Amino acid sequence: MSDQVTLEVFRYRPEEAAEPCFERFTVPARRNWMILDALNHVKEELDGSLSYRWACRMGVCGSCGMTVNGEPVLTCATYLTDAAASRDPVRIEPLHGFPVVRDLIGDIRDFIAKLKRVKAWIVRDDEKPLSEGEYLQTPAQLARYKQYSMCINCMLCYAACPIYPLEPEFIGPAAIALAQRYNLDSRDAGAAERMDVLSQEDGIWSCTFVGECSTVCPKNVDPAGAIQRYKLQATTAWFKSLLMPWRDR
Amino acid sequence: MPIFWWLRRWPYTRFITRELTSVAVGYSAVLLVATIWAAWRGEGAYQRLSTLALSGPALLLHLVVLAALLYHTVTWLNLAPRAIVVYLAGRRVPDRLILAAHYLAWLVVSGGIVWILAESAR
Repeated sequence: MSDQVTLEVFRYRPEEAAEPCFERFTVPARRNWMILDALNHVKEELDGSLSYRWACRMGVCGSCGMTVNGEPVLTCATYLTDAAASRDPVRIEPLHGFPVVRDLIGDIRDFIAKLKRVKAWIVRDDEKPLSEGEYLQTPAQLARYKQYSMCINCMLCYAACPIYPLEPEFIGPAAIALAQRYNLDSRDAGAAERMDVLSQEDGIWSCTFVGECSTVCPKNVDPAGAIQRYKLQATTAWFKSLLMPWRDR
Repeated sequence: MPIFWWLRRWPYTRFITRELTSVAVGYSAVLLVATIWAAWRGEGAYQRLSTLALSGPALLLHLVVLAALLYHTVTWLNLAPRAIVVYLAGRRVPDRLILAAHYLAWLVVSGGIVWILAESAR
């Protein structure tokens, strides 16, 4: 392999040009470099105006998701040389499905609003006083939702989902997986409120189970599985309410 | 969004191809109803339909439909453990068991339909 790699980076600077374009940069082909390291090299050595999000460099913060050679990935977890082996020059774009604010930065306000809609936090009917201590949980209770709690909000699942760009109202994989995370939490009492949101047309029923959200998830959260699971739950709840209308959900 | 969005990535193309096999599922359902109806009408009607279904081009079509149907069914059944999570006595039922139960149900229902048809055509 050559000792250099060419990057083909998506550039969009609305104050300079109305249309986006691709700009090429040549960086050293260091074996231990991730795509993010290459971008940092470009910013520090070649063009300080390049804009992108990143923070932890260890696959935890979920900030550095981008489209590399057409695939949504965490750039801090994708080797530069691996990407160069599959395509040269390495094409780096923002995550698909989100409006671009600048260069590699997408507008994620829609996702944040959806997280609020599904109440992705613990909802309590009543809070016990601090003097009574923590809300305890057994390992078995933890195991029921732990997989979904691994979501780092990187939004790779939205970029991989073919439905989201077609139907932007779709609540989407990560928000639904996180709703499930709280629904399955023994400390939570918000499942009924979430059901009102998630059982709508733009909730779980927009998902056609392509499954790519789970394939690209760097934390094996399996949002597609969470959605199908919720479909079954919603259908069961609907049948129960039909057969036993006098009972609460 | 272009109409051929599903050609953009191989997994999307695979998904749409799998969705298209639903046409084979629909066709098979209609053929099954027609077969039951013919069997109910009597041996003559059943034989006429069988001859038609097993004639040259129809046989080829039905082999393609069978392949599509099997692919659709197997891929559908394989997804079942992703949607069905069952806890028994506080323990999660393993995915393999959920899968095995689905395949068993498929075999039992298919066997039942074959038995009904065999009995009706007698």
